[in-house]
Amino acid sequence: MAQATEARSPVRTGPPKRGISLNDPMVRSVLWQILTAGLVGLIAWYLISNTMENLARQSISSGYDFLDRPAGFQIGEQLVAYGPADSYARAFLVGLLNTLKVAAIGIVLATILGTLVGIARLSTNWLVAKLSAGFVEMIRNVPLLLQLFLWYGLLTEGLPGPRQAMEPVPGVFLSNRGLKIPGPAEDPAWFWIMAAFGVGVLATILLSRWNRARQQRTGQVLPMGWIGTGLVVGLPLLVLIAFGGAALDMPALQGFNFTGGLTLTPEFAALLFGLVVYTSAFIAEIVRSGILAVSHGQTEAARALGLSEGKVLRLVVLPQALRVIIPPTTSQYLNLTKNSSLAVAIGYPDFVSVANTTINQTGQAIEGVASIMAVFLTISLALSFLMNWYNTRIALKER
Amino acid sequence: MTMQAHQASPPNPSAQTDAGPRRAPPVASTGVLGWLRANLFNTWYNTLLTALIIWLLAQVIPGLVSWLFTSAVWTAEDAGVCRAAEGACWAFVAEKWRFILFGTYPYEQHWRPTVAMLVVIVMLLASADRRFWGKPLILIWGAGLGIAALLMFGGVFGLDYVDTNRWGGLPLTLTLSVVGLALAFPLGVLLALGRTSNLPVVKALSVVYIEAIRGVPLISILFMASVMFPLFLPQGMTIDKVLRAQIGLILFAAAYLAEVVRGGLQAIPKGQYEAAEALGLSYWQRTRLIILPQAMALVIPPLVNTFIGFFKDTSLVIIIGLLDLLSTAKAALTDPAWRGFYKEAYLFIGLIYFAFCYALSRYSMYLEREFNKSRKR
Repeated sequence: MAQATEARSPVRTGPPKRGISLNDPMVRSVLWQILTAGLVGLIAWYLISNTMENLARQSISSGYDFLDRPAGFQIGEQLVAYGPADSYARAFLVGLLNTLKVAAIGIVLATILGTLVGIARLSTNWLVAKLSAGFVEMIRNVPLLLQLFLWYGLLTEGLPGPRQAMEPVPGVFLSNRGLKIPGPAEDPAWFWIMAAFGVGVLATILLSRWNRARQQRTGQVLPMGWIGTGLVVGLPLLVLIAFGGAALDMPALQGFNFTGGLTLTPEFAALLFGLVVYTSAFIAEIVRSGILAVSHGQTEAARALGLSEGKVLRLVVLPQALRVIIPPTTSQYLNLTKNSSLAVAIGYPDFVSVANTTINQTGQAIEGVASIMAVFLTISLALSFLMNWYNTRIALKER
Repeated sequence: MTMQAHQASPPNPSAQTDAGPRRAPPVASTGVLGWLRANLFNTWYNTLLTALIIWLLAQVIPGLVSWLFTSAVWTAEDAGVCRAAEGACWAFVAEKWRFILFGTYPYEQHWRPTVAMLVVIVMLLASADRRFWGKPLILIWGAGLGIAALLMFGGVFGLDYVDTNRWGGLPLTLTLSVVGLALAFPLGVLLALGRTSNLPVVKALSVVYIEAIRGVPLISILFMASVMFPLFLPQGMTIDKVLRAQIGLILFAAAYLAEVVRGGLQAIPKGQYEAAEALGLSYWQRTRLIILPQAMALVIPPLVNTFIGFFKDTSLVIIIGLLDLLSTAKAALTDPAWRGFYKEAYLFIGLIYFAFCYALSRYSMYLEREFNKSRKR
C-alpha cells in the first residue's frame, strides 16, 4: 500500500525533486496550455495561409483602400448627406447612423411597451392579465424575421398606393410609400421654439433638484408632474403663439410620389415596429419576474401606509424590482441592436446591408465582415458599459 | 389532560359562532357572479378597463372570425376566386403546402423527408421523457439521426441520391436546428469548461471566442460562412452551402450554450470540487462524474430556452439563400398566379413555428417545476 502511494506521487515523499515529471500538476497545466495554443495556432495558420493564397490567385487586394473609392450605389434613407459619388467610407457612416437610429428609438419604445405589458400580466383584471399573457406567448414563439416580413407585407401590400393614399388628418398621408407628415420649413421661429424647449427641460431639472432638497428640509412637495409638463410643453407653445405660428413643409402628391414633408418609410417602420414588439415581449417577462421578486410584505407595508396603488408601484415596488430587472434587460437591449441587422431582409439600409452591398461590389469579404463585427462589438461593449454603470448606481447600497 | 389538549389545539375562532345556524356565503361572492366581481369588476378602474377591452374585442373579433373562417376561401381552382372573396385564401395554402413544407425536394420522393421528420420528432418526444434519460438515449439518437440522414440523402438501397441543394422547407429547418444543437452542445460544454478552468491560455481563448461570437449578430456569422469559408479552404476544395451554414450555426450556438453551462458550473458549491479532488480523481474524471451531471441538471430549463431561440434563429439562413421553411413560404409567394397572399402564407408557417416553440417552452416550465421539487421544503 505504502509502496503504491509512493509510486503514484514520488514528489510528496523525501526532499523536493528537481526533475520534470508528467505527474506534476504544474507541468501538466503548462503542457495542456502549450497543446491548446499550438492547436489553435495551427488551425489559424492553416486558414490564413489558404486565404492568402486564394486572395492572391483571385487577385483581390486586401486592406481598406476601397473605402476611399466612390461607392456608386444609392441608399434609401440617410441622416447625413450622401450620393452615389461619395466614398464607401461615407456609405458605411450612413449605414452606421441608420443602425444607431433604429436601435436607439427601438430600445426606448420596447422598454415602455415591455414594462406596460409586464405590469399588465400581473393585473388583478383577469381579461388584462390573460390578453397580455397571450400576446407574450404569441410573439415569443414565432421567429422575428417572420414577423418582420408580415409587418413589411402589411405596410407595403396592405396599404393603398400614393394616389389613393389615406389622409386621416389633413397633411398626413398613409400609403405604401410610408407615412408622410408635415415637417418644419425654413423659418426662424423653429430655432426659438427649440431654444424654449431646451430652457423648459433645464428649468424642470433644476426645479426638481431644488424640490427634492426642500422636501428633505420641510417635507413639503411641489406638484412636479404638472409644473414640468407646463415648462417643457408650455414654453415652446408660448413662443409659437408669440411668433404667430411657424411655417410647415407640407407633403403633396406630385406625379406618382409625394414631395416635401417628413417621411417614415415602410422599411424603417416595419423594422422598428417588429423589433419593438418582439423585444417588448421578452422585456415584459423580465419586468414581471422582477416585480414578483419584490417580497409581498413590502407591498403590504406600503399599502398599510396609505399610499395609492400608483405610488406603491412607483415608490416601493419598481425601485426594488429594477435591481432584478436591469441585468437581463441589458441583454435584451443588446439583442435588439444585433437583431436590427435583419434590416437587410426587408431593405432598410442599416450598416449590415450597406456592408453586404459593398462585399458584393468589391469582393472585399474579409474586410466587410470584419467591419460588421467590429461595429457591433463596439456598440455591444458601449451599451453594456453604460448599463453596468447604471446598474451599480441603482444597486442596493449596503453599509 | 383536558387542559393539555386544549392548549395543543390551535384557537378556533369559529367555536364562538357555532351557537347560531351556519349561513351560506352571500351570492355575490361565489359562483360565476362572484368570479366576475373578483376578477373583472373589483375596482372602478378595472370595471372601466374590462368595459374598454370588451368593446375593443367586439370591434375586432367578428371581423377576424369572418376573415379567418366564414368568408374565407378553402378550395379554389385558381386565385381569381380568392381575389373576389372577402376573407382569407386558404386555397393558397392548399395549393402550396407541399412546396412550403418540402421545398424543391423531388416531388414523388416527399415520403422520405416525411418519415425522416417523424423519426426526429418521435426521438424529440422520447427525449422529453425523463425515464429515457441516460446512455441508451445517445445510442437511439445516433441510430435515429443515421436513419434520417439515410432517408434524406438516399443513394443506397435503391433510393435516389438527393443533393443538399434540393433540401428545403421544414426538413431543412429541423436538420439545421437538431444537428446544429447536437454538435454545438459538446463544443459549448468544452468552451464553458475552458472559461472556468484555471489555465490562463485556455481560459483566455475561450473568453475571446465566446464574447466575440455573442457580441456580433448571427447574420454576420452566416455571411462569414457563406462568403469567407470558401476563402479559408485550399484550392479545389469546396463545401456545399447547407454544410457551410450548418457550421456557422454550430459556431454561433456553441458560444450561447457555453454561457448557459457556465452558469451551472458556477452554481456548484466549491465543496463538491474539493471533495472530488480529495478523492484523487483526475480533472476529467471529476468533471465527468461529479461536476457536469450536477451542473447540467441545474441549467436544463435555460438550456431549453436557448434551444427555442436557436430554432427560431435558423430562419435567418434565408439571408444567405437557403430554402428553409421561411424561405419556401416566401418563394411560394413569388408565383405570379398566387401573388399577394402573404398573410395566409406567414400565418401557416407561423403556426408551425409556434407549435414547436410553444411545446418546448411549456416543457421547459414543466422541467423547472420538476427540478425545483428537491429544493422545495
